[in-house]
Amino acid sequence: MGDVEHIQTAEQQGVSRRSFIKGVIATGASVSASNYVLRGGHGVALAQAPGSVERLVTLTVNGQQRRVDVMPQETLATTLRYKLGLTGTKIGCDRAECGACTVLVDGVAHYSCSTLTHQVRGREVMTIEGLEGADGSLHPVQQAVVDLQGFQCAFCMSGFVMNMVELTNENPDATRAEAAQHLSGNLCRCVDYNRILNVAEKACELTRNGMRS
Amino acid sequence: MAVIRDKMPAFQLFQPASTGEALGVLDQYGADAWVLAGGLDSWDWFKDRVKKPAAVVDLGGIESLRSIRSFGGTVEIGAMATLREVVRNPDVSSQFSLLVEATELAASPQIRNQGTIGGNIGQDTRCWYYRDGWSCYRAGGNICYADTPTAMNREHAILGASRCVAVNPSDTAPALVALDAEMVVENSGGQRVIPAQDFFIGPAIDIMRMTVLQPGDILTSIRIPSTWAGQRFYFEKSRDRAVWDFPLANVASAARITNGVIEDIRIVANGVAPYPVRFTAAEDAVRGEAVSDETAERAGEIAIRGVRPLAHNGYKVALLRNLVKRSVRGAEA
Repeated sequence: MGDVEHIQTAEQQGVSRRSFIKGVIATGASVSASNYVLRGGHGVALAQAPGSVERLVTLTVNGQQRRVDVMPQETLATTLRYKLGLTGTKIGCDRAECGACTVLVDGVAHYSCSTLTHQVRGREVMTIEGLEGADGSLHPVQQAVVDLQGFQCAFCMSGFVMNMVELTNENPDATRAEAAQHLSGNLCRCVDYNRILNVAEKACELTRNGMRS
Repeated sequence: MAVIRDKMPAFQLFQPASTGEALGVLDQYGADAWVLAGGLDSWDWFKDRVKKPAAVVDLGGIESLRSIRSFGGTVEIGAMATLREVVRNPDVSSQFSLLVEATELAASPQIRNQGTIGGNIGQDTRCWYYRDGWSCYRAGGNICYADTPTAMNREHAILGASRCVAVNPSDTAPALVALDAEMVVENSGGQRVIPAQDFFIGPAIDIMRMTVLQPGDILTSIRIPSTWAGQRFYFEKSRDRAVWDFPLANVASAARITNGVIEDIRIVANGVAPYPVRFTAAEDAVRGEAVSDETAERAGEIAIRGVRPLAHNGYKVALLRNLVKRSVRGAEA
């Protein structure tokens, strides 16, 4: 009966039986974790070694400053999708073999599955969510996709679109063959390449005609 | 037990601002440290849990390692210059178009945007037995799984093997050997300069490394002397797909030709041996000869002397012979 009286006393003090038990479990867990951390480690240590990167970083994504907690081994694709909610960037192979995760870093196309988030600190990241103008106007590449219905399932689309944005910025006079060469680091499993190249040509044409890029 | 192959396991990440700072971290962690350039060869090792470094040292923040400079005819390319930057550099493209051709054929556009010249020449072999974590010679074991009666070895070596039959997959490496480039390597003891030809090593020298780089070393730059500037170059890469794929074989040649006669030549191939192979006997045979089909034919025949094909890579013998032949004949022929 003594235990029951003790719990009743605790409840009277504003501590529920459940939160009391949770508190005990948490205390035990933190004790064992600190032991693990202090032991130091081989690749899996939770403590930060002196000189290693800070986890809390500020990223520039689509012109916005985003504060985010990033693990040292975290890829940019993971951060964008699962921490910043920018799910327009797709993860296909996760091995730099398909191009679905392509984003621009300082205007240059990168596989975000194969870039560490810590490698892009201080650089400008642009994802497909950042293409639309402030007034809601579409980017020439987006307009070309809409006009020509350029993709079937479109899982690969955002990667292709970002690589086409780099193309229209660098070489809006690109021939079809040059566009194909530029887009050769992106795969489409619907094998819709013909129409994708139509989109690339149209996007270049819209850019040449003075549509914002 | 199932192995997780998507997310990388934890490691300490260092992003030093100077080479000295990076060398300090490398010395502190020794063999547990991993030097990170573009990262394209690193992530697979980490994701597959085959290589598990405690500390990863990202050289991306060291500005001095990225620059491409020219002085007195020599072009010095920082090891962290991306393949894209190498291709677009006017000094490289005007004098050493061989390197530009080789670099443009590596991997895919996005990989060239991020991958570095240092990473491309320092990359590990693609032998899938080794990369899948099998305990082969190269991984410290006592067997080569690619050289057993049932092994799949279509992409493996026909030359230069010693127990391990893996090949060097770099496209830029043979071009740099052909251009008589030098590798500048730093560690906490100082700097050393190594001819490209000696930088790459085979399993007979050290079965666990592709280059002379040891833990604690950083490749800081690559120097290309004026020796072959503006000469006749030839590069050809043979692969299954036109993008992404590593070479089944590639060839790089630099030739000084006067009035149709080969005064001097370098012929180097990769993808056929554990290191970029320079065919000095073939070079000797064609030096002083007129550029002709017969001369080219002879070089090709000499290049394949001593080949030792495996069960599934016999095609590489004919491929190598023809690539060497074409590299002597030149692109105009």
